[in-house]
Amino acid sequence: MKKLFLALMLFLSSIAFAAPQYGGTLVFGRGGDSSTIDPAHATDGESFYASTQVYDNLVQFKYGSTELEPALATSWDISKDGLEYVFHLRKGVMFHTTKFFKKKVEMTADDVVFSFKRQFDKTNPYIKIGGDYEYWSAMDMDKIVKDVVKVDKYTVKFTLLKPEAPFMANLAMDFASIVCKEFADDLLKAGKADDLNRLAVGTGPFVFEKWLKDDRMIFQANESYWGGKPYVKTLILKVIPNNSVRAAELKTGAIHIMDLPNPEEVAAMETDPKIKLIKQEGLNVGYLAMNENIKPFDNVKVRQAINYAINKAAIVDAVYAGFGKVAKSPIPPTMWSYNKNIKDYEYNPEKAKALLKEAGLENGFETDLWAMPVPRPYNPNGRKVAEAMQADLAKVGIKAKIVSYDWVTYLAKTKQGEHQMCLLGWTGDNADPDNFLYVLLSEAAAQLPAQNFAFWKNKEFNELINKAKVTSDVKERTALYEKAQVIFAEDAPWVTIANSVVVAPVLEKVNGFKLDPIGKRRFKDVWLAK
Amino acid sequence: MFSFIIKRLLWAIPTLFGVSLIVFFMVHLSPGDPALALLGDHANKESVEKLREEMGLNKPLYTQYYLFASKAVHGDFGNSFKSKQPVLGEFMERFPATMELAMCAMILAIVLGIGAGIISAIKRYSIFDYGSMFIALAGVSMPVFWLGLVLIYFFSVSLGWLPVSGRLGYEFYVENITGFYLIDTILADDYAAFWDAFKHLILPAVALGTIPMAIIARMTRSSMIEVMKEDYIRTARAKGCSVFQVVMVHALRNAMMPVITVIGLMLGTLFAGAILTETTFSWPGIGKWIVNAVYQRDFPIIQSATLIIATMFIFVNLIVDLLYALINPKIRLS
Repeated sequence: MKKLFLALMLFLSSIAFAAPQYGGTLVFGRGGDSSTIDPAHATDGESFYASTQVYDNLVQFKYGSTELEPALATSWDISKDGLEYVFHLRKGVMFHTTKFFKKKVEMTADDVVFSFKRQFDKTNPYIKIGGDYEYWSAMDMDKIVKDVVKVDKYTVKFTLLKPEAPFMANLAMDFASIVCKEFADDLLKAGKADDLNRLAVGTGPFVFEKWLKDDRMIFQANESYWGGKPYVKTLILKVIPNNSVRAAELKTGAIHIMDLPNPEEVAAMETDPKIKLIKQEGLNVGYLAMNENIKPFDNVKVRQAINYAINKAAIVDAVYAGFGKVAKSPIPPTMWSYNKNIKDYEYNPEKAKALLKEAGLENGFETDLWAMPVPRPYNPNGRKVAEAMQADLAKVGIKAKIVSYDWVTYLAKTKQGEHQMCLLGWTGDNADPDNFLYVLLSEAAAQLPAQNFAFWKNKEFNELINKAKVTSDVKERTALYEKAQVIFAEDAPWVTIANSVVVAPVLEKVNGFKLDPIGKRRFKDVWLAK
Repeated sequence: MFSFIIKRLLWAIPTLFGVSLIVFFMVHLSPGDPALALLGDHANKESVEKLREEMGLNKPLYTQYYLFASKAVHGDFGNSFKSKQPVLGEFMERFPATMELAMCAMILAIVLGIGAGIISAIKRYSIFDYGSMFIALAGVSMPVFWLGLVLIYFFSVSLGWLPVSGRLGYEFYVENITGFYLIDTILADDYAAFWDAFKHLILPAVALGTIPMAIIARMTRSSMIEVMKEDYIRTARAKGCSVFQVVMVHALRNAMMPVITVIGLMLGTLFAGAILTETTFSWPGIGKWIVNAVYQRDFPIIQSATLIIATMFIFVNLIVDLLYALINPKIRLS
């Protein structure tokens, strides 16, 4: 009996130990500062890291997943023709009260209408404030949304210009965050409308307190958050630009979570008992695009030959240091509609040579191979990947010369199609396959400045993805995208290299932290063991 | 004296004009589109075009220069492309951090550099002389970012004596009055925060001050050795002055002339060093801000910050020249 009691006590205490604890300050160490805290004006990940803490959307991605779930909207109805979306809002959600905004304001349809209208309605006073709404245009929202109106206090209706299935996923993106109309009105009256770029009043899990430029942003827990009170009391986003220094800060325990570590440092951290590694397959793809506007890449046999000639597995092993997986599709495996049945090109130099011979190039040819100068989530070392490819291509008689520019120049020149072969990649915006297949491989994206760096224009592929774009039934869309991936694989405009695995080293006492595949960093469910 | 100052100030005008021209054209003629830099991987044709128009990049270059220069003369340096905030405000927000770091580094460099230089000169060929001159040589040759990392790993990670980076620990918060944390913490009567801010300053000040310190030490030593050979030094000694008196009163003042020139020039080096030091030590100053602006092709920041720093440099040089006259009345400011 005594033993049983002891065992029971032990069991209970272990539960108590594992139960989340409230309180404490969580410090997230990141590489750069935000440029704005207004999510509709931001274009960079660092800015979204901050605005995500303060603001909510109508719908959101489940924590750590690409699946959509209700947020400020509890439910929605879509008309049969796919042109009308009616959202029913959550009742009783209050905006934050802060030192600079002391009113108690409930979130209603007016706020939702304002949050969108300021980005496209020419009569809205905020349309010209703080410059263009870049993400709104970058996501083609001008061509999707016709109007947004208040039906009643808790109901909002969107009318679309055309049926557009990825629209729902767009609403979960940061630029579609719901901001406080009353706060914006107050700022406008005070002649300080621009302050929306440096002050934030939202409904999210954390309340914005202070921003010391290039140093830190301080947030306090929103005790009355509709989704449940966050565990930590204070959240600090701390700027530490040098990767090695950021790692040193983690090792001394000054920060709790480290963003974007170097692969070499991760290897050293694996044996550190004070640090654990959180991993998540990133929603990204790194690839080599072959420019079909330039001979001989217009020939499918040449493209297939290059696919056979490159030893992808060896490259991923050597360069991604275990934080990547060989990719065979332009969309990552974490994305819905990923076709796991498509056949990848195996490493086979003989087959490559045979295909080159069929193309009339048995003596090989000379080409430029452009290497990205900066590490990106989808390719940690463009130069190393290019060197490995250069060696592989030499074995089948293709002499590749490695070319590189600084990052901005590199993007500008590749968008103009000045390259022959170039290394690039993509991180998904909104967890919709359209965001990969249409944005990177459609005929529309092949116009200058291009995003379709292969300048690939396949009629059948374009028909499939255009149809999927206007179909709202997810099953039907899945079938269309699966087929499109087969065509991609056969016609081989790219050599798909890898989907990276994103790693975040955290202190042992940090619990409940998940990396969002979509690239957000959310801390509501994170707690610190005492 | 007065006419000298006026003349020097008038000379500043063509100098600044030249600087603004060079920076403007270097920035605008180098490859890389700011609109693309801002929109990054996710840009499409319309948004790039729209943004270029908004940034005023579609206008001819001479119009763009005219707009920039005429506004700058009136103290309006435009808005940053990225943050959309006024450049001058962003500059002023970060400038005290850089100044605090640079001044601490400079004080460290001057005190230790001159001290080591004097002792080395007097105790020539002693162990101290060889030792300090070896350290000075090493100091000049060491890249700042490397030295910074070594300091961090030794003093912060291994020994745990000092914080790794930043200006202040998370438990502290200082109300911004002067922007100098050492002063603001005292004004707020928060001595724990002062001590924390001081600890945060040590490593970056050492990293940034090492090169100037080494140069000042070598300069003081050689200048001192020269002066000590002079007849009046022998006379002073013959009069019965102590070594200390001879060195501090008779020799030092004369030996300081070249050292002050070097200190003036070092201020430029300090700003260049601050860029690397600030990045290593997560120091929220203008160095890191300008580097980011270059990466982002944020033209207004690059142009205006260069112009502001050039103006400050001209003033510092003027002050150094005035100091000459103060130390050595033989020099007439004509």
